[in-house]
Amino acid sequence: MSERKQNNIWVFLEQREKRPANVGLELLGKAQRLAEPAHGKVCGVLVGHNLEPLIDQVMAYGIHELLIADHPLLEPYCNETFVKVLESAVKEHHPDAFLFGATAVGTDLAPRLAARLRTGLSAHCIDLELTEQGVVGVVPWPEGNLLGHVHCTRTRPQMATVIPGIFEMPKKTGFTGQVIPIQANLEEKDRTYRVLEITREKPRENELAGAEVVVAGGWGVGSKVDWELIKELAAVLNGAVGATRPAVDEGWAHEDQMIGQSGHSVSPQLYIGVGLSGHIHHMVGIKGAKLTVGINQDPEAAIFNHCDLGLVGDLKEIVPALIKAIKSYS
Amino acid sequence: MPGGLQAHYKKVMKTLRSIVCIKPVPDPKHRASFTLDPKTNTLVRQGMNEAINPLDKNALEAALQLRDKQGGEVIVVSMAPPGSKGVLKEALAMGADRLVILSDPAFAGSDTLATAHILSAGIRKLEPFDVVLCGDYTIDGGTAQVSAQIAEFLGIPNVMHIRAIEVTAENTLIVSSAIEQGAMKIEVATPVVLSVLKEINKPRYVTMMNILEAEEKEMEVWSASDLSLSEPWIGLQGSPTQMGEFTTPEKKKKAELLKGDPKEQAEILADRLHRLGFC
Repeated sequence: MSERKQNNIWVFLEQREKRPANVGLELLGKAQRLAEPAHGKVCGVLVGHNLEPLIDQVMAYGIHELLIADHPLLEPYCNETFVKVLESAVKEHHPDAFLFGATAVGTDLAPRLAARLRTGLSAHCIDLELTEQGVVGVVPWPEGNLLGHVHCTRTRPQMATVIPGIFEMPKKTGFTGQVIPIQANLEEKDRTYRVLEITREKPRENELAGAEVVVAGGWGVGSKVDWELIKELAAVLNGAVGATRPAVDEGWAHEDQMIGQSGHSVSPQLYIGVGLSGHIHHMVGIKGAKLTVGINQDPEAAIFNHCDLGLVGDLKEIVPALIKAIKSYS
Repeated sequence: MPGGLQAHYKKVMKTLRSIVCIKPVPDPKHRASFTLDPKTNTLVRQGMNEAINPLDKNALEAALQLRDKQGGEVIVVSMAPPGSKGVLKEALAMGADRLVILSDPAFAGSDTLATAHILSAGIRKLEPFDVVLCGDYTIDGGTAQVSAQIAEFLGIPNVMHIRAIEVTAENTLIVSSAIEQGAMKIEVATPVVLSVLKEINKPRYVTMMNILEAEEKEMEVWSASDLSLSEPWIGLQGSPTQMGEFTTPEKKKKAELLKGDPKEQAEILADRLHRLGFC
């Protein structure tokens, strides 16, 4: 074990329609920042078919090694073909860590691969650290507004899924690494399901991603009736409505409107958070916001540790007054 | 192991036998009363109201709808401490035919991999089955890994993020699996593990009569030895991940709290937003 290369980090570079998903590149950048001081090595991993056009696109980000599994049976995605190929690659090259984006594909592929390899996977991380014991995943702890640190000391590789939009996109460098093909010994029977159709839907109205203004509500809003206040405030500011997980669980908002660890990351010019505690689960999704405002009846609420401006009081009084005052300028 | 189970299912079955995995979680309706143990930073679970994880009820509803259409059986499995028996009974009230609880002190400290190992052992004991249904994630900070890992241990296919299930032929399902801004339509043969999203259905309401009827139904409790499970695969020892230290999120900012009553605060904010061109 001691001869093993230390801090050799693999990053799964998810691709969609021959374009690399941003989260893979974000993870490359983070892996490089972790590995460099420790004299580690970062390898990108591409899986699919007819991947040539992608090589230059991802190489530009300064990868030491790019592992490529290119096979007709790897398009479209099927978890078991991908697991089979990645299992043999891991067993041949022995990476210390293997990172995935917490996307639809990443959250499906990584756990099955971890079970195949009998190793640990920390899920939906919002940060990664490199310690003596290797990569540690940082996750919002469900109980209380705390960050938990997930260790995986006994098995390798240490696997993690990381939510998209947390780390910055790396800059392109002139550096060019080496391309290493991964053997894909696949048969038709390895494809355990058949993808009949892939449809991309038009984003719903008020798509959060591009919104200049986001008004988000949480559990403290209290009822579906009062949720109308959130919608109305967003409307007078021409903004999009966002929500925390509890508000979605209550059925006040749609899953698509969720901001945070398991939802969207947003970067509006103005963010207003109403009736939400400021739990890290949600706040991690507004890292890119410019002006941030919190409305909460508790002056000690954690939301005020994340916002520029705070309004303390009953949202049922503040929000209608705010809507009225904003309307007076139009 | 994988080939054997698949081969077993070559025998065509007309009705569907579904197994639904459910987990007791802190009841989100009582969120306001959650308290933390200052020493361990974990929720004080004693005397706390529990509920079935909301998405697991969607999984159960999906199984009940399959039974309504195709006939068959719905068996609910949960890895849970004995204290959670009461809350799990709701699954029987919703209409499940059987409830099996996997409970053993040796299961304590299991991470997702060990949990998936235990659940897959329970499911294996319930063979044959056509579909295993799970919620896509749990609201208690679940890792959303268990369904894929159960499938891996059972050696059968799995599809996650399911928003619709359709039985098209004997032994064949077509499912819709959500992806970024879209969906994949997937054809998969049974037996299969599916994890479902909230949007798949609306779990049925339970009437007082349903609850009384559920009281009549038996619950089975299986221990580690019933499942022939032993140490290297379960509990802390069978868990490759360990929870380490807890830290408080960094205080990024200290908000400037606006002065005055609600109306005055609202007017100050509106004025600032106006100056910045937001209104």
